[in-house]
Amino acid sequence: MPGYARLVSRDAAARDRDWEGVRLHVVTGKGGTGKTNVAAALALALATGGRRTLLIECEGRQGLARLFDAPPLPYTERRVAVAPDGGIVYALAIDPEEALLEYLDLYYHLGRAGRALRRLGAIDFATTIAPGVRDVLLTGKAYEATRRRISSRASRTAAAPPDSADPDAYVYNAVVMDAPPTGRIARFLNVNSEVAGLARVGPVNKQAESIMRLIRSAQTVVHVVTLLEDMPVQETIDGIDELRALELPVGGVVVNRTHRPLLSSSDLKAAAAGKIDIEAIAHGLKVGGLTADERTATALRDETVAHAQQLAIERKLRTKLKQVGCPIYDLPELDRFDIGRLYVMAAELGRQGAA
Amino acid sequence: MTPHSKYLDVERLVTDPNTRVIVCCGSGGVGKTTLAAALGLRAAESGRRVVTLTIDPAKRLAQSLGLTHLDNTPRRVDGIKTRKQNPDGELHAMMLDMKRTFDEIVEAHASPTKAAQILANPFYQSLSSSFAGTQEYMAMEKLGQLRKSGRWDLIVVDTPPSRSALDFLDAPQRLGRFLDGRFIRMLLVPAKAGGRGYVKVMQAGLGLVTNTMTKLLGTQLISEVQTFVTAMDTMFGGLRERAEATGALLREPGTAFVVVAAPEPDALREAAYFVDRLVEEHMPLAGVVMNRVHRSRAATISAGRALATAEFLDGEKTPATGGSTEDATSATLTAGVLRVHAERMTTQAQEEKLIEGFALSHPKVSLASIPAFGTDVHDLAGLRRLGADLVDQPAAG
Repeated sequence: MPGYARLVSRDAAARDRDWEGVRLHVVTGKGGTGKTNVAAALALALATGGRRTLLIECEGRQGLARLFDAPPLPYTERRVAVAPDGGIVYALAIDPEEALLEYLDLYYHLGRAGRALRRLGAIDFATTIAPGVRDVLLTGKAYEATRRRISSRASRTAAAPPDSADPDAYVYNAVVMDAPPTGRIARFLNVNSEVAGLARVGPVNKQAESIMRLIRSAQTVVHVVTLLEDMPVQETIDGIDELRALELPVGGVVVNRTHRPLLSSSDLKAAAAGKIDIEAIAHGLKVGGLTADERTATALRDETVAHAQQLAIERKLRTKLKQVGCPIYDLPELDRFDIGRLYVMAAELGRQGAA
Repeated sequence: MTPHSKYLDVERLVTDPNTRVIVCCGSGGVGKTTLAAALGLRAAESGRRVVTLTIDPAKRLAQSLGLTHLDNTPRRVDGIKTRKQNPDGELHAMMLDMKRTFDEIVEAHASPTKAAQILANPFYQSLSSSFAGTQEYMAMEKLGQLRKSGRWDLIVVDTPPSRSALDFLDAPQRLGRFLDGRFIRMLLVPAKAGGRGYVKVMQAGLGLVTNTMTKLLGTQLISEVQTFVTAMDTMFGGLRERAEATGALLREPGTAFVVVAAPEPDALREAAYFVDRLVEEHMPLAGVVMNRVHRSRAATISAGRALATAEFLDGEKTPATGGSTEDATSATLTAGVLRVHAERMTTQAQEEKLIEGFALSHPKVSLASIPAFGTDVHDLAGLRRLGADLVDQPAAG
């Protein structure tokens, strides 16, 4: 699809962005829906036109490195892709242990003592003792990166070399987090109450409050990735309900891998009802010079019926999804598995106003 | 399934009286839970007494089994069609309640007073309901209990949708290590410092550790952990032994691991990772089930040919070219049908390549596949059809 890039660059200035002012994009979704791909594409889309974005992975799978054909990401921000019309995507794989050590160093200047703690198993203890602590460390890193300004202490050591003259400018225009799946997202983001139940005092608790303020602010949205299949759609609806009940900001729903109709609408309607004429197919095959035996015609009929029913289900589920009242972005099924797919997806997201 | 792979004989696996435990694992979204239910049903209908243990709270699974809900005790599934020669088959289903399971262990291992103390401890409550790994550990614990009860010919386990495929293998040990670890032991020290000589030497280091942890997590949490650890002290040995026993059970010959995958790059990568790990750990791997594989019954018409013919038919359809209205309708329809077929064949070719790649890199691993259905499985008949498709494989090369 060579036309995509040009299409976007022309529209880039004029298009309406749905999430203007949002600086932290949290991407969730049921396993298998393409959450990581969408997060990466969104980071690319948000970087388009000379901007800087940071893509954060927090489940230690090194999925981002694979997507960008990069070596495994260390616990530092590293440049992984260049966006159309300039712009850079940085990526970071957060390791909770490293994050805790960094945190201890920042607040207590622990240095070598921190490593001693690790040897004793204390770090493992602290990051696993309460999932809340682990989550605060993960969201805390996103919090720090989102708010980091060029003049700040952290930006002097970070991989992102700021070239803006304004020391008050943010280092990253936007931060995208490839977050835990829908089933765990509300709990993951609701760090405040998670931690409040455990460490009632102490800096972790204090930091949880600041993180919570950012997450609840207009600067953050949570996007949910889904497929147009029963279970992912149900999980999306339940997940959004749960997020809203906790007053966490819901962004858009990204519908991934949708299918386009390959027949006329009247033929599709007939096919979905199973009313499709084998004779007519056999005749058409004969005209086209193909084998017109009944077995082939029947097999082709069944494939067409399946296609039509698939589209009918997708339509029904899309209607159901619309009722949650979030913007819906469509990403078509792609037949490529290389890095190019991310650019095609990014262009689509940009065209539809998601970035 | 491809010329490079061995065929996984699922029928033999589920009906063999020596198969006592089947563990289904794989990444999220590949249809693990449904497959576990289908394997259970197939085994039950062959005359075995089967229980499937699921972790997935999705209501649809309960519905497809005709149950209103699933809980921590096996519920019998109605509508099993056993064959005349082995009419004793039964299928039961249950869903893991990890907190309940953990509570039961505590109740079984501690005196009533101590158990009550532990159950009321806030740290225990958090550990038993949300510790990363508790779910996996409790799934294993439940498996051990079911195995010990002697009631079941076959237990089919659907593993938790883990953060990473490895959690399932690592978590039981991890929880054991955590509860038994050096650090948690150190937290115990203040309670019994009097008796230990080396404590003095370590005092300085200890102070730093406890101080930092207290600063970080708050005094209350640390003291809750201390109370918990003291109360649990007598149980630690028991917990570790249990974890070890379950670990051993997974390596027994009666256990079979089935890795579920879908012919997609990410799912296959995870499957490969999992397979490698199981082999490395000497776990009894039965094979890999490829779910949702597209397979056309009109494969003689290639994608290229279908598309070319569709283009030709598009040109045919105008009445100006002399065709009748019927011809035109037929041409339009057939062109669409061929486009659908071309897309199908393209998908199929991609999937074949991916599966072949997997088979080439894992030549010793047996494979079976399940064709893609247009719709989700939502009743026993659907599960039965899935099981039948799984054993009715096209001849392996």
